[in-house]
This record gives sequence, C-alpha cells and structure tokens, in this order.
Amino acid sequence: MIEIVNIKKTFGDRAVLKGVSGRFENGNNSLIIGASGTGKSVLLKCIVGLIQPDEGDVLFDGRSLFKSSINEVKKIRREMGMLFQGSALFDSLSVFENVRFPLDMLMHGMQEAEKNDQVMHSLERVGLAPAAHKMPAEISGGMRKRVGIARAIVMNPKYLFCDEPNSGLDPMTSIKIDELISDITDEFNMTTIVVTHDMNSVMGIGEYVMFLHEGLKEWEGDSNSILHSKSQALREFVFASKIMEKLL
Amino acid sequence: MNIIQNWGKYFLFLSSTVRNREPFRVYPSLILDEMVKIGTNSLVIVAIVSTFIGMVTCLQTADNLVSPLVPMSVIGTICRDMTLLELAPTFTCVVLAGKVGSNLAGEIGSMRITEQIDAIDVMGINSSSYLILPKIIAACIMIPALCILAAFLSLMGGYLIGEITGAISPTDFVAGIRNGFRPFNVFFALTKSFVFAFLISTISSYKGYFTFGGALEIGQASTKAVTNSVIGILIADLILAKIMI
Repeated sequence: MIEIVNIKKTFGDRAVLKGVSGRFENGNNSLIIGASGTGKSVLLKCIVGLIQPDEGDVLFDGRSLFKSSINEVKKIRREMGMLFQGSALFDSLSVFENVRFPLDMLMHGMQEAEKNDQVMHSLERVGLAPAAHKMPAEISGGMRKRVGIARAIVMNPKYLFCDEPNSGLDPMTSIKIDELISDITDEFNMTTIVVTHDMNSVMGIGEYVMFLHEGLKEWEGDSNSILHSKSQALREFVFASKIMEKLL
Repeated sequence: MNIIQNWGKYFLFLSSTVRNREPFRVYPSLILDEMVKIGTNSLVIVAIVSTFIGMVTCLQTADNLVSPLVPMSVIGTICRDMTLLELAPTFTCVVLAGKVGSNLAGEIGSMRITEQIDAIDVMGINSSSYLILPKIIAACIMIPALCILAAFLSLMGGYLIGEITGAISPTDFVAGIRNGFRPFNVFFALTKSFVFAFLISTISSYKGYFTFGGALEIGQASTKAVTNSVIGILIADLILAKIMI
C-alpha cells in the first residue's frame, strides 16, 4: 500500500500541489486524473521521489520515502517499476538490453542465464519476445510502451507507476496497454498508480480514482461512481468528451 | 546571486558523482566506452590541428628571426617551448572543449529531456555517478594522452615544414629542441591538460545534466558547455601559470 500525506509543492510563485493526501491499495489499479496542469505528473514524481515535495511524505507499506536513510530509499526504489510518458528507453541499447538493464545493475549475484530467462519472460508477457533484438528506434510507439512495461516488471516490483501510458497512442493500442497494466497488476498483486486524462482508461481499469483540481484532491472513488459525482469540476472533466455525454 | 547558486549546484553535482556510487565492477566497461568516444574519436581533429599549428609556429618564428646574431636553432627552441607550455595543452583542450564538450552536453541533455535519467534514478541507481563519473575518468586519462600526441605532431609539423620550405634545417631544429630542455615543462603541460580535461568533462556534463525543456534547450546547453569550458580553461591556464612557473 502507498500512502501520500499532505503533499505540497510550489514552483516559484505557483503552488502546484496544495496538500494532497490519499491511499493506494495493494492489487488495485489506482488512477490519478485531472486536466492538464493540475499537478498529476508532479504528484507522481513526488510519489516516486524524483521531485522532493516542500511538505508531506510518501509511505510505502509504512516506510517513508523522504525520511529514510539512503540505503532504505534505494531498497524502496528497487521495489518500484515505472513506465514513463515517452517510454524512456535507452537509445543505444536493444530492446533486450533495455529490459535487462535493471538486472545487470541491481542483481549482482544472479546468473547470466537466469537474467536472460527473466528478460525473455518479461518480453513474452508483453508480447514482444520476437522484437528482442531490435533497437528502440526501429519499433512503434505502442511497442516502446510495452518494452517500458517489460523493463518496469522485470525486477518483479511491488509498486508500478505509469505516467500517461496512453499518450500518443491510437484508441485500440491504448486499450491493449490498459489491459496489460491491469492484468499485470492482478498477476503480481502490485500497487499500481496510473496518471492519465484518458476517460477510456478511467472507465476501463480504474478501481480507485483520485481527481485532482487546482492542486487539490477534488474527488476520490471508483470508476462506477465517477459519473454520478456532484463535483462540478469533475463533471466538466468527465463530460468534456461528447462520447461520455452520449453514454449517459 | 545566480552565479553563487550555480557554483553551489556545480559542486553538489560533483559530489553526487562519487557519493553513493555504484559498485566498482560497473565502471570499467563504461570508462572504456567513454575513452573511445572521447579519445579515439578525437584523434583525427587533434592530429590535423596540432600538425598545422606546429607548421605555422615554425614558419612565423623563422620569418621573425632574421638577425644574423640569433642562431637558427632558436627557432626549434621557441617552437618546443610554445608547444609544450601553451599550444599542446591549451589549444588542444580548447578544440576538445568544442568537440567533446558539446557532445557530452548534448548526449546527457537529450537523456534528461527524454526521461532516461529519471528512469535510472527510479531504479535506485545513482544517475550522476553511473553516467558522469566514467566520462570524467575517461576524459582525465585520454585528454592528457591526446595532448602528448598533439605536442609530438606539432613539433613534427615544424620539423617537416622547416625542411620543405628551407626555413630551418632539420639539424638546427632538433638542436634547438634539445637545447636547454626542462623536463618540468612536460610535467607542467600534463598537469594543465589534466586540469583542463576535468573542467571540460565536468562543466559539459553539468550543463547537460540540468537541461530542461526540449530540443532548443539541448542546443543551448551544448553552446553553454563549450563557452563555459573554454572560459574555465583560460582562467585555469592563467592560475596554473602563476602557481607553477
């Protein structure tokens, strides 16, 4: 379980996060949604420790990310996997080497054959074993996302983070990526947090949804109750899509 | 205020490359890769620049020393001292600041904006140590080696052009090179090139590591890396000359 406690973050004069708290349970697909510029990605970067919040803390199964020793933080980070918006694959490494990278760097006692098996297992899990030898520049955006997922799960993480996993993808591929994230979360019983503004994802895989508005948690609940929320900001966000309006 | 902040950030960045670094076994292959990129890939430009500079130095010195009271071998002595004291270490490093510095800043800057550095950090790997430390070590090994090569080729250039044009005979040139040779000057040249290598690699990496934005900012970071490295080299050159000579 991941718990965020009163996260505040200001850039210059602009308060991006004004005190956000919440709990993300094990085995759930938790979604952080909101319009552009509401602080979703900043909140995710605070959760994984890429940005130090001005106030507040993040607890990973009770372990503080910002008050622990460096070794403890490293230990927590090694239990994380993250899919970045642009996939963040290393250009100079092949798909196979990209997925193997965390094992090479962090699993010092592991045998070579065991590492290779684990990499191939991750690639098979995302359906990309045949593309193992290709370079990132040679594969499509959707495939890059899947390689990103394979790299994120190769260490069998307890926590999975996805920053806008559907950005730049067509609807069909987006649905496949969502399903993959959801299946992997169930399979590994991970705590998964997805930042998105895609309502298809919200309705498809959102077991817990946190809606951010102007740096604050405006609403939280499951995807079924989102359509009946009384929050004006949330309704405007949800029904900005004409399709959602027609669905009701 | 901004300058003080930048200095503070630069020194914190430097300390982050050695604090909580990765295990030693990670670095040898990374250092070798960087040695090829920084050293081997710069051989051609260093060879061309230093040979031509040596030729020009020899011709211009010969042209200015027309007095019958000055022995011709002085041309060789002047070429040697100019090469060892200034041209080989400083000029070569200014050229390398352009080639290696912009390359380092561009490479690290593009890794930053495509979130590859964030990906390394999230894995629990010290990104500055993993990415930057091998570059600093490789630069500090290869750039002094390139400066030795530059000094040799520069003197060879002077020797050849002297003979081809008849400006100075090979015997006089070699006699001039040997005359009053101080081994300390070689040590001085190597010390300078080592310091310049450190400045080029750290300043360029720093500029790349803290790039934010997009393609435009990568270009700006590369430009700043080169200009700041060159300024750093010139200031360090002055300080070292004052301290060591």
